[in-house]
Amino acid sequence: MTVAMPLEYPIAHGELVYFSTRSSNTRRFVEKLELPARRIPLERDAQPLRARRPYILVVPTYGGGSEKGAVPGPVIRFLNDETNRALIRGVIAAGNTNFGAAFGLAGRIVADKCGVPFLYRFELLGTDDDVARVRKGVTEFWKRQA
Amino acid sequence: MTTASKRLSRVDAINWNRLQDDKDLEVWNRLTSNFWLPEKVPLSNDIPSWNTLTTQEQQLTIRVFTGLTLLDTIQSSVGAPALMPDARTPHEEAVYANIAFMEAVHARSYSSIFSTLCTTRNVDDAFRWSEENPTLQAKSELILERYRADDPLMRKVASVFLESFLFYSGFYLPMYWSSHAKLSNTADLIRLIIRDEAVHGYYIGYKFQQALAEASAERQAAVKEYAFELLLELYDNEVKYTESLYDAVGLTEDVKKFLHYNANKALMNLGYEALFPASVTDVDPTIMAALSPSADENHDFFSGSGSSYVIGRAVATEDEDWAF
Repeated sequence: MTVAMPLEYPIAHGELVYFSTRSSNTRRFVEKLELPARRIPLERDAQPLRARRPYILVVPTYGGGSEKGAVPGPVIRFLNDETNRALIRGVIAAGNTNFGAAFGLAGRIVADKCGVPFLYRFELLGTDDDVARVRKGVTEFWKRQA
Repeated sequence: MTTASKRLSRVDAINWNRLQDDKDLEVWNRLTSNFWLPEKVPLSNDIPSWNTLTTQEQQLTIRVFTGLTLLDTIQSSVGAPALMPDARTPHEEAVYANIAFMEAVHARSYSSIFSTLCTTRNVDDAFRWSEENPTLQAKSELILERYRADDPLMRKVASVFLESFLFYSGFYLPMYWSSHAKLSNTADLIRLIIRDEAVHGYYIGYKFQQALAEASAERQAAVKEYAFELLLELYDNEVKYTESLYDAVGLTEDVKKFLHYNANKALMNLGYEALFPASVTDVDPTIMAALSPSADENHDFFSGSGSSYVIGRAVATEDEDWAF
């Protein structure tokens, strides 16, 4: 028996999972992409986010320079969940070149730990070019994964 | 009653265990863990390199650093203190106190560079030059005007433009020397300043956006207009300043790209979209690499052109791995 899948978005296509602090830089970048996306909650006592299908993580880097503290705590907690970790397919990181070698460091750390490609880096809110490149890239990425 | 006298009438003890905005603590922690002093950088190792610069290149470098000293002085003694009366939380005031002090460290650092590398006479000449240089004085005046005026939002706008835009005509030069393997310790010190300024611009911009969100739509539109007007006024002046310094060494055009690139970032710190298109922000990759060693590596997996995107090493991940 075939069950119809009433999905507006192909099931083979994953989504974006992102984290953004109160400054909302990463949230605004993700909104400009106009792709399916879910946010990792900011508050510790909020209902934890559970990934439902393959996703690309969009993560800001906490600047400073050292590996310690570069990945935001809520993202670490999200990835500590084995189901969530199993569904990650790639990472996009936000950052600032002013932080030198630590520019977008959170992306590199997560990519290394999870064994997935570090897909893209952007600064602050991202420029129009960043948005266009990521929108196209993410869409094609999921087609190739299908 | 003015805001300043309101503050003096009553001060409550600051309680860091009761936060109204956790961004205050996050930024405080970031700034304090980034703390540094110029004594930690072995500037004297740059003496042989300094002696390879021509007289003209040395004069340019001293002037550039004197211009940066002026901006740091403004931010330390006027800019950051001017933001305190409008702080939304006591913790925000404490962060501005940290910023004010760190800007004093930056201003002091340039004098460490001077005393290590330069003759007193050449430095005195450069300070005299800074007092008389019309474009340097004009940028100082454009900022100070906003700091003196009674518009808290524009004080923050001016402050972000100083932190995230005005410094960069100066920061370009040590990055240029570094990309030519010159004055590398000096460049290391400047990179510490650049890192600090990023956090300052980000935080002041964040507080600006919070306050702006509470303003009426008309006021928001007016502030946006003033902000872009100020940016363009500063930009026009910055182009003249850049030409007066860098024409002689043929670097003006690339410095302008660096200005565009950083003007965009200053706007983004305020929550506005970038103004300058990518076609005029393509800074020489060697300068970008001097700023951020991996910045010239194209982390664009999507385009397939990335030479160095990271495929993780696929290590088995254990929960404790995430205890950073």
